[in-house]
Amino acid sequence: MLAGARMSQTLLLAIALLPLLAAVLAGLAGKAIGRAGAAAVTIGAVALSFLGSCVVMKQLLLDHAASFNGTMYTWLVSDGVHLQIGFLVDHLTALMMVVVTFVSLCVHVYTLGYMREDPGYQRFFAYISLFTFSMLMLVMSNNFMQLFFGWEAVGVVSYLLIGFWYTRPSAIFASLKAFLVNRIGDFGFVLGIAGVLYFTGSLDYHTVFAAAPMVAGKTVTLLAGHPSSALTLICICLFIGAMGKSAQVPLHVWLPDSMEGPTPISALIHAATMVTAGIFMVARMSPLFEYSQAALSFVLIIGATTAFFMGLLGIVANDIKRVIAYSTLSQLGYMTAGLGASAYSAAIFHLMTHAFFKALLFLAAGAVIIAMHHEQDMRKMGGLRRRMPVTYWTAMVGSLALIGTPFFSGFFSKDALIDLVHASHHYGSVYAYWCVLLGVFVTALYTFRMMFLTFHGPERLDHHAREHFHDVGWDMKGPLVALAIPSVLAGYTIGPVLFGGYFGDSIRVFPGNVVGELGREWAGSLDFALHAFVSLPLYIAALGVLSAWVFVLRKPEWGDAVRERLGLINRILVNKFYFDWFNEHVLARASRALGSALWRAGDQAAIDGVAVNGSAGAIGWLAGVTRQLQSGFLYSYAFWMIIGLAVLLGWFLIRV
Amino acid sequence: MIPLEYLLTLSAVLFALSVAGIFLNRKNVLLLLMCIELLLLAANFNFIAFARYLGQLDGQIFVFFVLTVAAAESAIGLAIVVVLFRDRRTINVEQLNRLQG
Repeated sequence: MLAGARMSQTLLLAIALLPLLAAVLAGLAGKAIGRAGAAAVTIGAVALSFLGSCVVMKQLLLDHAASFNGTMYTWLVSDGVHLQIGFLVDHLTALMMVVVTFVSLCVHVYTLGYMREDPGYQRFFAYISLFTFSMLMLVMSNNFMQLFFGWEAVGVVSYLLIGFWYTRPSAIFASLKAFLVNRIGDFGFVLGIAGVLYFTGSLDYHTVFAAAPMVAGKTVTLLAGHPSSALTLICICLFIGAMGKSAQVPLHVWLPDSMEGPTPISALIHAATMVTAGIFMVARMSPLFEYSQAALSFVLIIGATTAFFMGLLGIVANDIKRVIAYSTLSQLGYMTAGLGASAYSAAIFHLMTHAFFKALLFLAAGAVIIAMHHEQDMRKMGGLRRRMPVTYWTAMVGSLALIGTPFFSGFFSKDALIDLVHASHHYGSVYAYWCVLLGVFVTALYTFRMMFLTFHGPERLDHHAREHFHDVGWDMKGPLVALAIPSVLAGYTIGPVLFGGYFGDSIRVFPGNVVGELGREWAGSLDFALHAFVSLPLYIAALGVLSAWVFVLRKPEWGDAVRERLGLINRILVNKFYFDWFNEHVLARASRALGSALWRAGDQAAIDGVAVNGSAGAIGWLAGVTRQLQSGFLYSYAFWMIIGLAVLLGWFLIRV
Repeated sequence: MIPLEYLLTLSAVLFALSVAGIFLNRKNVLLLLMCIELLLLAANFNFIAFARYLGQLDGQIFVFFVLTVAAAESAIGLAIVVVLFRDRRTINVEQLNRLQG
């Protein structure tokens, strides 16, 4: 690589800190600068961040600048461990920065229309700007400490935004659920980071990655007599963090409920960026994961399971946002499966395309919801394509991309992922292949069920919605169009991103890996798209669309018949595989029982009973006994004095 | 000459008697005062005995001091008893148990 222009530290700092500044302004001085002021400040800051990210991307691609790795600030040094703020900006980071700031910018603009009548206008802008800052800190970090900071910060903002309408009990419940489930994941994440620190003595990425081969040989003994690989343990712990953040089975339960938040948030945080933090993290940690076959297989199996089984839930959901939420779960599963198959670049590629088309779908759903006056039930929609054509066509672009239609972005990333999982030799790859393959059918089915129910067929609007129906303005349609463009075109970067060594040394894959094998057959993106017509996934997807058409539009009564025939399966799906039931009735009840037992035995009996009241009682008893000595009679005092004198003298005499 | 042991034994007996008087007397405060006098006399007896034994006058001089102090002490003690009687209408030791927390 040519030693071109160096990246400017000031530029990187500005990219990360401008949204923070805007968030502080809009959040703390929201009243002073007003609604328009808050919107202008945050949108301006994020737009500048986006431009800055584009400049960084240009420097990397056109000027062949070396990747930036530097420490900005040392927070503290303790026993040789440096806790620092620093940036590592290479091709992987730059891609994430552009995606994050672009989607964030679209969502900021869209919010102008979506939240127009909301009293929490400034607060909302402050939150999403704060989110942009946190996410940028996460992806730009060059050490685990800052990664963890960004990780937690996006979690906090997600919590705040799910519970944005804090007067709704369901929103409060959902935000708490998201927070708690993420705590479980973060517990694993912290353990993983602690393991990294313990075995390598450093939190800096480069130092840790350089030490990975050394750690790979080490073992730890968790169960007596069964030493396990330290690196596998670290990787699985780190991945548990990713499972929480990226909503993989069984820590996925918070994501569907997070749809209680405003729709722009669902698009930005719970579809395009934050939930992909786990994917990004694993890709970033590829130099660690590559050394552990077991951890990769674990990742592969979890991802494939999520991809297929969470997609199934989308088929029975009736809330338009929930369908997209389950779709997000399923697509995250695809990415995770890709990571497990060592196809990190393909997973990141799918992350990018997914960010565009899924944000697009969410924003389109939000437009429908606003037009329908906050109606989210698809059974009360229908025939909207004539009433809101722009939304319909952009949503159609997003859907086609989602199901992997050739020439749309989702096709390139998803087909590549499926091929790579197929070609993988890791343990569990056969199971994973079938999951992701069948997932294609499921994806097509729920996506077009949603499209047909919402935009086609007879109008089922109720009186209220029909009367107040109004198409959304261009402040909301604009972002839809802006996102529709990359939803189509982003796929054509597949050549350089996946096979052209775009990621360079930011992702490490061992030789003989599957991407290389596929790359040998690579002959251009058009060829790749045409190849789809002779491969399985396209026909499976077509079958899915056909089934959706039959069951929703042609023969709706068939749906009921199938539901009756498959009563058990339907019940399982409607109850979301009983994950929530299990969590509430088994885990929550057990932990409540444990808590109440500890409260009774530990708090009430041991601490209150024995330690606090017990010691007070013992002293009271002792005082009661000694009080008897103080009779008030002169002669008894004299007696005790004499006794004391005798004892002292006696002791003295014995001593001498 | 009377041996020192005899004198010391007598003084110890006097001392023991007075101490026993202080403990065992449950009736009259005046008896307490008298026992204290006896206690001091027992001490005086020791002074005199050792003064004779050692052939020095220091002990006998000390006795004068002690006797003076004892006289003053009895005067104050009797005054306290009078005040006590005015206050409580009794000088019965069994009823004087106010000296406690």
